[in-house]
Amino acid sequence: AALKDGLRSQVSAALKEGRVTPTELCQRCLALIKSTKFLNAYITVAEETALKQAEESEERYKRGQPVGILDGIPIAVKDNFNTAGIETTCASNMLKGYISPYNATVVQKLLDQGAVLLGKTNLDEFAMGSGSTDGVFGPVRNPWSYSKQYKEKSVPKSHSEDSESNWVITGGSSGGSAAAVSSFTCFAALGSDTGGSTRNPAAHCGVVGLKPTYGLISRHGLIPLVNSMDVPGILTRCVDDAAVLLGSLAGHDPKDSTTIQDDFKPFELPNLTDVSKLSIGIPKEYHVPGLSSEILALWSKAADLFKNAGAKVVEVSLPHTRYSIVCYHVLCTAEVASNMARFDGLEYGHRSDMKDSTESMYAATRREGFNDVVRGRILSGNYFLLKQNYEKYFVKAQKVRRLIANDFVKVFRSGVDILLTPTTLSDAAPYTEFIQEDNRTRSAQDDILTQAANMAGLPAITVPTALSERGLPVGLQFIGRSFQEKQLLTVAKWFEKQVQFPVIQLEEVKRHDNSVFQHQKSASFS
Amino acid sequence: LAPWVPVVGLEIHAQISSNSKLFSGSQVQFAAPPNSLVSFFDASLPGTLPVLNRRCVEAAVMTGLALNCSINKKSLFDRKHYFYADLPAGYQITQQRVPIAVNGSLSYSLCIDNKMSQMVTKTVRIKQIQLEQDSGKSLHDDTRSQTLVDLNRAGVGLMEVVMEPDMCCGEEAAAAVRELQLILQTLGSSQAVMAEGQLRVDANVSVHHPGEPYGVRTEVKNINSIRFLAKAVDYEIQRQIEELENGGTILNETRAFDSKLGCTVPMRDKEGKQDYRFMPEPNLPPLILYDAKSLPANMNHQQVINIDWIHERLPDLPSVKREKLVEQYGILPEHSFTLLNEDGLAEFFESVVKQTQMKPKKVIGWILKDLLSYLKQHSLTVKESPVSSFLLADLLNLLEKKEISSTAAKQVLAELWKGEGKTPLEIVKEQKLELLQDQKELEQICQAVIDGQENEVIMMVLG
Repeated sequence: AALKDGLRSQVSAALKEGRVTPTELCQRCLALIKSTKFLNAYITVAEETALKQAEESEERYKRGQPVGILDGIPIAVKDNFNTAGIETTCASNMLKGYISPYNATVVQKLLDQGAVLLGKTNLDEFAMGSGSTDGVFGPVRNPWSYSKQYKEKSVPKSHSEDSESNWVITGGSSGGSAAAVSSFTCFAALGSDTGGSTRNPAAHCGVVGLKPTYGLISRHGLIPLVNSMDVPGILTRCVDDAAVLLGSLAGHDPKDSTTIQDDFKPFELPNLTDVSKLSIGIPKEYHVPGLSSEILALWSKAADLFKNAGAKVVEVSLPHTRYSIVCYHVLCTAEVASNMARFDGLEYGHRSDMKDSTESMYAATRREGFNDVVRGRILSGNYFLLKQNYEKYFVKAQKVRRLIANDFVKVFRSGVDILLTPTTLSDAAPYTEFIQEDNRTRSAQDDILTQAANMAGLPAITVPTALSERGLPVGLQFIGRSFQEKQLLTVAKWFEKQVQFPVIQLEEVKRHDNSVFQHQKSASFS
Repeated sequence: LAPWVPVVGLEIHAQISSNSKLFSGSQVQFAAPPNSLVSFFDASLPGTLPVLNRRCVEAAVMTGLALNCSINKKSLFDRKHYFYADLPAGYQITQQRVPIAVNGSLSYSLCIDNKMSQMVTKTVRIKQIQLEQDSGKSLHDDTRSQTLVDLNRAGVGLMEVVMEPDMCCGEEAAAAVRELQLILQTLGSSQAVMAEGQLRVDANVSVHHPGEPYGVRTEVKNINSIRFLAKAVDYEIQRQIEELENGGTILNETRAFDSKLGCTVPMRDKEGKQDYRFMPEPNLPPLILYDAKSLPANMNHQQVINIDWIHERLPDLPSVKREKLVEQYGILPEHSFTLLNEDGLAEFFESVVKQTQMKPKKVIGWILKDLLSYLKQHSLTVKESPVSSFLLADLLNLLEKKEISSTAAKQVLAELWKGEGKTPLEIVKEQKLELLQDQKELEQICQAVIDGQENEVIMMVLG
């Protein structure tokens, strides 16, 4: 419990004081990545460049001129962000071997701050999925599958069964990033969030997952799923760290016309003690069928926590919640069909050997390059965009989207500051169970609590709350007003402090435990 | 046989004259080495986003104002999807729902019966002007069974100007396009040179009997000059009439103009109707334009476009220039058309007028008949004329002062044309073309002639 608490002495301070060097930190992380390879969290480990960045950081520290808090801090980036010189695959055959010539704006910002880029993390192909199980490099394993906490609680169904077959998913689609942060191989990771893809795996992996307001952080260089909903997501081990990352990434980018023009001022989170002026809304529609009784109980407990601390806790209604899945599927598949049209094998990426004609080359390339999930969404999307269907589906869905967004506007206007909801329906499912249903079914089920925030463009954060009966993490979600990240994170930080979520106890991590590693075990770097 | 009413509409794509492309910073340049002007966005590299070029918007606003359009203060961008080798993203960004300008008009003039003496003014309605991306170029190499793709042009800004089917024949279409070309060149919003692909015209043609609904229309593409435009349209009208009169039907198809054969042929590429699956472009917010009234006080004027500001700074359009020429110099309207039709000719004319005492009404004849025909004969532009305005003015002054005759002047001009650097006066002296002013000398010559022709004189006196 003490590790997480008010840790301002942690890696940044340690680096500044020379108690640990960036190179040592980097090497530790790289070694841990190697010994946790079975998690399959990383697609590419950029060992050489990372060490070089660490050396340069070390030079700066020696001169007493670190760039900032992030200087020398090892970071991982989801493999749908462009990284110059380092392969960017989106976990797809279409982009296997693709080396981008430019850095995504968020990647560039991190590098400019001196962060050390360890590698690219695994995901569902092109970020389509809620399990991180449908990429060409295989599924990501939830580090908690190997935790003492889970092993103690899980009852093997037979003698032969062990964690090999019992492992649980990370959730998705930013599962690799969540696993990387959760297993201490990096201090923070970038994910993306279109329908919950940062928050879902964050909740399942027991880390903080922040979805910023749409338009706050640049999407330039993030390979898009749904342009009108995508945001870069932030995964960290504590809320303070998320605030630091947010501060270094947010702000107008002339290369992204959907970022707001207003100046963004990075902030430090105050230590909230008095919540009596807060009004917490509990949307009744989020009590969905399929929500586990465990999580329902935790949600209720959390509401009581706020009430007992003096906050106003009210039940609110977001009446159009039940239409959001269908609406999301129409809009998402339509944009996917459009965004994927550029993958034709002509300019970059996989190109089929089929040479009979341009059309046949395109068709073969796309069949070979995309998995079933991607192709399924493209076909659906094209159907909805057909002239005869456009009004019925796409325009209708846009209208429903507006209604969903208005639900939030009304509730926030009525005096509610923050909404409190569950993040996921249950704790992480075992892989063998998860794959019983197809991607579409799972996505429809798993997105229900998270994607309305994407529809409305609102900021949302999942905070690890408690362990389930099976010893797996459960997170709860806070949804805030547009561009009010400071308030959102302040409340989240207060909650984090109250719940004192336990640190994962991993064998592999323990093996690397030494005085240097003490810093790594600490939850935060800020 | 019942008369046929041909109906002609036009879709014109004008390349915007700008340093960089519509949504990216790569350069716009004609005939650069293949794939040397391609940004990451133009190549559709994943993760790249469009950023709107201000200059392109200004060009479209200028053009809209010059064509009497309403400028939409809010317009939107859309994606038009189709697969083609020269379209890297698999879609073109265009303005399908709400374009930047609508409901304008263009007035143009025609000579009746090919005589320059009678001009009639016609108007064609402008349906809309929309901003959109140009595609790259693909060259089919059939011998090696390959397609070569050059993306230099991909993403260059275009203004698509849609002219309603108010025209009735090739001549009208050609005249309308010519006027549009002059307007664009005057504004500077497009250089509009058809030979360089900066102005592309597609014609929509149909025929019907009066009182009946419009017939099925065909689209005619691959028209490379204004002259070919007239030919293509007239051919297609004829073809449709013949087809219908023979009991056939017209297919709603796209046809290409074959300039060698002077006919239109079906284009195999464009078979079947395409569903472009239009969708709003999610990466570009609505384009908001302001005018003096709607401009917020604290808005940084670098960030916005003020329609009124642009309106105030529009140059004189060709129609205004022509009126001014007629008014100022007393020349005929058809003269003013010819002056503006030839690049630099109006300026040349005005320059000569300034430097000579000869009345503009007389100068114009020398410009339009003598100078212009020389230029045409030798395929020269006004700028390339070996006879400068100074030299011509000099010559006209001699004529005006009656130092030479009109016939002599033409001879001098022919000599000047050789560009040997001689002044008119030098040539006059060389060729002894001076008019005799001395009365006594004239009488002596006349007497000598009469003396030498006694018989003819007697015949003449007698009757």
